[in-house]
Order: sequence, then C-alpha cells, then structure tokens
Amino acid sequence: MSEQKQANLIDRYRRRFLGGLTAAAAVTLAPGLILREVQAKPDDQPISDKVRWGMLIDTNKLSDGGDGMIAACKKEHGWGNDPHSSPEQQSQWVRKVTFKDKLTKHETSLPVMCQHCDTAPCVDVCPTGASFKRDDGIVLVDKHICIGCRYCMMACPYKARSFVHEHLENQKPQSPRGIGTVESCNMCVHRVDKGEQSACIEAAPQAAVFGDLNDPESAISKALAKYGAQQIRADLGLNTGVRYWGI
Amino acid sequence: MATKPVFSELDTDNTSFLGILGVLGAFIAAAAISFFYVEHHGHYVTGMNNQVVWGMPHVFAIFLIVAASGAANIGSLGTVFNKKIYQPLGRLSLIVAVSLLLGGLAVLVLDLGHADRLIIAMTYYNFKSIFAWNILLYNGFLVIMGIYLWSMMDRRKMAKAAYKPAGYVGFVWRFILTTGTGSIFGFLVARQYYDAAILAPLFIAASYVFGTAVFTLVLIALYKLTNRELGNEIQNRLRYTLAIFIALVLFFEIVRHVSNLYATEHHGVEAYILTGGDKITWLFWLGQVILGSLLPLLLIWLPSLKNNQLALLSAAGLAIFGGISQLYVIIVGGQLYPLVLFPNAEVESSYYDGSSTSYSASLPEFALGLGGVALSLALVVVAVKALRLLPETLADAAVADE
Repeated sequence: MSEQKQANLIDRYRRRFLGGLTAAAAVTLAPGLILREVQAKPDDQPISDKVRWGMLIDTNKLSDGGDGMIAACKKEHGWGNDPHSSPEQQSQWVRKVTFKDKLTKHETSLPVMCQHCDTAPCVDVCPTGASFKRDDGIVLVDKHICIGCRYCMMACPYKARSFVHEHLENQKPQSPRGIGTVESCNMCVHRVDKGEQSACIEAAPQAAVFGDLNDPESAISKALAKYGAQQIRADLGLNTGVRYWGI
Repeated sequence: MATKPVFSELDTDNTSFLGILGVLGAFIAAAAISFFYVEHHGHYVTGMNNQVVWGMPHVFAIFLIVAASGAANIGSLGTVFNKKIYQPLGRLSLIVAVSLLLGGLAVLVLDLGHADRLIIAMTYYNFKSIFAWNILLYNGFLVIMGIYLWSMMDRRKMAKAAYKPAGYVGFVWRFILTTGTGSIFGFLVARQYYDAAILAPLFIAASYVFGTAVFTLVLIALYKLTNRELGNEIQNRLRYTLAIFIALVLFFEIVRHVSNLYATEHHGVEAYILTGGDKITWLFWLGQVILGSLLPLLLIWLPSLKNNQLALLSAAGLAIFGGISQLYVIIVGGQLYPLVLFPNAEVESSYYDGSSTSYSASLPEFALGLGGVALSLALVVVAVKALRLLPETLADAAVADE
C-alpha cells in the first residue's frame, strides 16, 4: 500500500516537473513565437506588396555585437569558408562592424548586412534585372540571369554584396551559391515563405525583431512607431528595411 | 592647293604584315589563355576581390571604350566642322574607333563572372541601369560608325546623301556614349570618390586625349610602315588637338578635386588619393599629372620641338600612359578607399571597414587587358590591308590648305 502511495507521489512529482518544464519552455520560447508574425505563403500565390518585411536590431541588447547572428547566418547559408578564396575574396553576407565616435569615444558594434532598401541602388544599376526587389521588400539576386558584372557591388553603400570567386560543393539546398555570381543576405527568404523568420533573428530573440513593416499592429511596427529607429546612411534616402536601435 | 585624296590598301610586303599580326596574335592568344584560366578556376586567381571588384581589366576596357569615342573625333572634325584637312583621315578614324570599341568590349565581357551569359545581357534589359543603356549605346555606335564609313567610301549618290547626317548622328552619339561611360561612376552615390556629375564631361574630355593619342600613334606607324609621306601640317593639327584636350582634362580634374576638398565629407578620400595612398598617390601625381599631362604639354609646346615627330610620338605615348594612370586612380583608387558607413567615427570590422585595402593586378588580368589592346590594333591592321582607308599621301602639299 505504502509502495503504491509512493509510486503515485513520484508520478505526481513527475507530472508537475514535466508540466513545469513545459511552462518554462513556453515562457522561454514565447517571445519568439509572439514575435513570429509571419504567415506561410501558399506556393501557388504570388508575393504580395501588402507586406514589407523588415528587421529591427537593438544593438544595446546584443552583448556579442552580433556574433551569434552572424554564426547563425553562416550555418544557414554556408558562406565564409570557400577553400581557395583569400580573406578579401570570401563572401560575407553579414559582418560585425564596430565604430567608435571620434569625440565621445563611445563604441558600438552591430551586424551589417543587406539593408533591403526600398529604392535599392543595386537594383537600379543591374543591367539584366538579376538584382531585384520582391514585392514584399526582400532584395535578392536571381542567380540564373546574373552575369557577374559586379556593378551592384560598386553601387551598394553597405558593402553587403559578395562575389563568388570559385566553384563550390556541398552547398546548402535552401541556399544555392554559384561561381561568378553575386550574393547577399536574402532575409532567409526560404524561411519567410514558409512562415518562419530569418535565422539571425532566431539567434538573437532578445535583440532582434522580424516582421511586417506595413502592418501597424505588428510588433516591429509598434516598436518603431513608439521609439523610432536609425538607418545606416539615412542621408542617402534609401528607406531601408533593416533598422537599428543604439547606433 | 589640295588635291582629291587617293585611298589605297596597305601596300606593305606580306612579311611585315604577317609579322605584325603574329606579334599581336601572341598577345591575343595570351589573353585567350588568361580568360579560360580564370573561367576555369574562378576569379580567386585574380587580384580582384570583394573589396576591389573592378580591377586592371576594367582599366584597360574603359580606356579602350573611351578612346574609341575620341578616335572618331577626327572624322567628326572633317564632317561636322567641315575642316577639310581632316577629311582624308576620316576613314581611318572610324576604323580605329570601331576597333578600339570592340577591343574594349571584348575585355569587359571576358572579365564577367559569367561571360557565357552574354546572351542574357543582350536579352534582359533593366532600363534604369546606365550599364544596360551602355550596351545599347555601344552597339548603336558600331552600327552608326559602319553607316558613316560606308557613306565615306561608297561613291553612289545614296551614300553621299548619308554622309553629313551620319556624321552628325555619330558626333552626337559619341557625346552620349562617353557621357554614359562616365556616368557608370558618376551615378554611384555610395562611393566617396565617384558620385559626381563632373565625371561625365571629364570622360568626354579624356576621350579626346586617349583617342587622339592612339590615332596619332596608329597613323604615324602605318605611314612609316608603308613609306607614305606624312606632312607636318597634319601632325601639328593632331599635336595641338592633343594638347588642348590634355589641358581640358587637367582643368576638369582641378575643379573636381578642389570642389571635393571644399566639402568636409570628401576630405578623407581626397587625402587618401592626393597624399596618403602609396601607389595610387604616385600614379596620380607622377603618372597622370607629371608624366601623363605636363610632360606631353611641354613636348608639344616647346618651340624648339615644333615639327619634331619623335616629340609628338612621345607626347602621345605619355598621354596614353597618363590616361591609363588616371583610370586606375579613378577605378581602383575609388574602391580602395573604404565606404563611409559611420561618419565621424573610427570604424573597424572583419571585412576591412574603415581601412583602405590593397589590390595588385595578377598576370591574367594584365594579359587580358593587353589582349584587348592587341585585338584593337589587329583589327585596324587587317582593315587597312583589306580596305581603301589610307590616303596615298598626306604630304603638306596634298592636304587641304585652309
């Protein structure tokens, strides 16, 4: 009898423990889930210009200056270790930039990637239209019609684009990279179309938000409306899709 | 009293003709090998990288393309400005122009990451891109120059009627074409050293320098080769054309740099180019300004060197060296200086933000560029061998007296 009682107690304890664990997991994951306001797009439907995907990155909360986000991007897309390319020739879809104000000496680090400009210089200059902006604001390269002229790299104010200098093998299926073509951050378009968010955002849920800039009810729009945010080189008037706090 | 010029094919012996083609062919072959080498391995075998994305091939390609427009100027002077003395040179002028353009385009196309996709560049157009416009401008130039040349050479009435209109269209087209080439850089808002509308007129002025210099060298070489007489009258015209446009380029460069120096945001890049950029600074001051501009001006205007062919040859050669230096400073120097993401801050990253990078052209890049030059010259040599382009004499007595 006492053995039976004992067993029940253990079961109850187990149930509570597991319940607690679930709750803890829910609490931990909740911000990510709540912030994930991305709806999966059925494959047979065209991209809609009703949405404009964007990112908000709070550099004050990025204790590593963005290293975690960069690592996640590398893992997702498989760039940065091309065997023959020199460091100057390696692709770098996103990099950590540190800047120190000359007067105040205040230092800030942030990840810099394609800023998904509304009026993107890379799209304007591309002779074939390989560099293009989707209706939902994501700036991409169509690898099939990129002729590798690198004019977009000359035009990008953020040095966000890379040219693939060699043949590559064992590429990520979701992110094919091709010799002689240009590439850059694509906001993890393969994830966005499945209703997920970018890999870098998942790696820094405390500091980065992904969402629809056109939806006034989205978390990113609410945060931007309330606190504003900065663009890198706002003077160029490119209306970037990536905004920062703390720069 | 001028007589009507008689044109004839290159009447040199076959040994010299084949010898010249052989030497040029060797350069072209080296360029072809370089192309396949880079195509096979990828651009990692070149000195170009993700910081300096356009390198030596682009310097050569843009030199040849800009020079093409300038070389056709000799034709325009005869047709549009009705300068009779230049009219016998019109045919050669157009052939040199077309050949230079083809050589330049070949280099540009063969350096693409996907040269095999040339057909895409011809079939997919983004009309907001100045590059796409240039593809049309270059092709249009070839067609117009072809019609212009036909109107000069064909004796039929129809051709005679087309001569003036073709000359005018060609003249205007040249302006637009060089403006378009200069605007490739002028439209780059992001880069400190570009983003200036003055680059378009600068390129137009430079085109006259490059084109006149190349044309002068080709003309003198062909006349030496064929033992035909080339009088001082023509050579002095070319000499002064060259000088005027060297001075004009210097003027545009001074305006460009002074206005940059006035704007605080450009102080960094000006300091880099003018004083701090090692190779770039040397190329600017020694290559472009002293050897490429001031020395040729001296060679042209020193009274004791009047009618001196060697001085003219040296001036033209130096002007070409100056032009290559100028384009290297603009194209490569403009990229070596980092993009300014955060003004008033010291910037650093794992990707060379905030610091200038370096670039050294590799052998295949040189070979490809020189191959483009060789291709242009080979086309000229073949054309003058096959067609009646060269007047039998350009002696002072034979050319028009205005």
